[in-house]
Amino acid sequence: MAVDKKIFLSPINENNPITTQVLGICSALAVTSQLKPSIVMGLAVIAVMVFSNLITSLMREYIPQKVRIIVEMTVVASLVILVDQILKAYAYQMSKQLSVFVGLIITNCIVLGRIEAFSMGNRPVPSLVDGLGNGLGYALILFIVGFFRELLGFGKILGYQVLPESLYAAGYENNGLMVLAPGAFIILSLIIWLQRTISGYRED
Amino acid sequence: MKPHGKMRSAFEKGGRFERLWPLVDAAETFFFRLPVRTAGGTHIRDAYDLKRMMMIVVVALFPSMIFGTYNVGYQFYASAGIPADHLACVLKGLTVVIPLYVVTFAVGGAWEVLFALIRGEEINEGFFVTGALIPLIMPPTIPLWQLALAVSFGVVLGKELFGGTGMNIFNPALVSRAFLFFAYPKSISGADVWTLTGGTVVDAYTMATPLHLGIEPKGDIIAHLAGNGFDFWRMLWGLEPGSIGETSAIAVLAGAFILVVTGVGSWRIIVSVFAGGAAMALLCNAFAPSPASMLALPAHYHFVAGGFAFGAVFMATDPVSAAGTNAGKYVYGFLIGLLTVMVRTLNPAYPEGMMLAILFMNLFAPLIDYTVVRLNMRRRGRRAAG
Repeated sequence: MAVDKKIFLSPINENNPITTQVLGICSALAVTSQLKPSIVMGLAVIAVMVFSNLITSLMREYIPQKVRIIVEMTVVASLVILVDQILKAYAYQMSKQLSVFVGLIITNCIVLGRIEAFSMGNRPVPSLVDGLGNGLGYALILFIVGFFRELLGFGKILGYQVLPESLYAAGYENNGLMVLAPGAFIILSLIIWLQRTISGYRED
Repeated sequence: MKPHGKMRSAFEKGGRFERLWPLVDAAETFFFRLPVRTAGGTHIRDAYDLKRMMMIVVVALFPSMIFGTYNVGYQFYASAGIPADHLACVLKGLTVVIPLYVVTFAVGGAWEVLFALIRGEEINEGFFVTGALIPLIMPPTIPLWQLALAVSFGVVLGKELFGGTGMNIFNPALVSRAFLFFAYPKSISGADVWTLTGGTVVDAYTMATPLHLGIEPKGDIIAHLAGNGFDFWRMLWGLEPGSIGETSAIAVLAGAFILVVTGVGSWRIIVSVFAGGAAMALLCNAFAPSPASMLALPAHYHFVAGGFAFGAVFMATDPVSAAGTNAGKYVYGFLIGLLTVMVRTLNPAYPEGMMLAILFMNLFAPLIDYTVVRLNMRRRGRRAAG
């Protein structure tokens, strides 16, 4: 069965859940002050999205219209708890650092948005691909924001000092704004500006 | 037009270097008479345009610039305990202020030209005032690379992102300063950055600004300030540590006179900022627990301390980011003054509140204007109906 390539590629660039649809901003601000939590958060959301899209798509014929949100939320919540438990078991420090934001994936608009908009009306394989594409689109932005916030705010990448000591000796200082949540807003807005300048997309 | 008459066609529409036209256009309007003539009938009108308006603001800033330059040198020699004549003070001040201006205009100008070229627009003079303002709201000790970053941030994110001159929501000069304030707080807050020192500071010299002393006054606040050499008259004249252009209320008032007489700056905003500050200061005085509190600082001290006067005259009146309706200007100015004094007195983490108050009210200016217009429509609607 051939799956349209667009289902996968479109949410990574021109239909990106964060930069175009401006969804999931809360977690994009909260966990991106360093690169490592950004990556873990990105992976967690990819996992939840892929499986929630797949599972709801498999069940879509049997879900009554009137209670569909409840069923969808049950699926998402189960997956989120699973991810949370796995993180607690294998990456305890990281799970403490991400704290409530893993649990809050349940309320991430992107997850429910894709289930409602796509997997409830499409076959399982395209739904899985759609979940993967949207998850990657979300994770990609988190990586970029996390990378620049850690580099400019701490002078580090993944915890390793990358800006040389000689630079600090010459009077350089870490940028305090990047550590604060507004720093994420500013980097996010720059990404959105760049993307929309290239694509020519305009809000109606 | 002669020197580049032949080459000019290559830069015009359809020419080989069409993209670089804004540069040629800027050079022409800067150095030569415009090649454009009125084609139709005769129009007699004033050549009042953005360029002249901007220049008047820059002229109005001269008193603050000159006094600020002198004061930087004066504070330098005072902190070192060396007696110095006026000329030495001015020369020392110039060694600080000139690099700040060079960096500001080089960086800001480069961004302006770059965006004009990319967008194919004329290079406009929108940066003149912003560039003239930015060094005046910086401490004299600011590192130049931080200044360059701040100017870039102010011009690109404060202005060009929104579409360029006239489209910005916030005052770009204050955006630059706010960027420094949050990104490199050590360089632009605290007690030690407001005076350029030669390393050693004599005991008799107070590094902290009057507002910084107000955080934890020992005893009666006015006596505490006076004990550190800050009586009302000294703060009014401005021989005190602070951002370069903000210290002298007298120099700022001279600028305000120019702005108001020429009609470039709105007197409504200036007056209402002071009214708002006075109202809040009186309210604070009424609730001050003791004279040894920032709350007890009288209104006229607030006016001459920190950037109150400078902000009211040169920042709040920015016609792009301020409220546009006359009634709206009163509300906008009044709330700026009120918020400034509120931040100063009630939040010890922020000794000065002018920058944040103006940026905050910039955000609300469109809402104020909208409300004023809607209220006017409703009033007229009622009148027409009745």
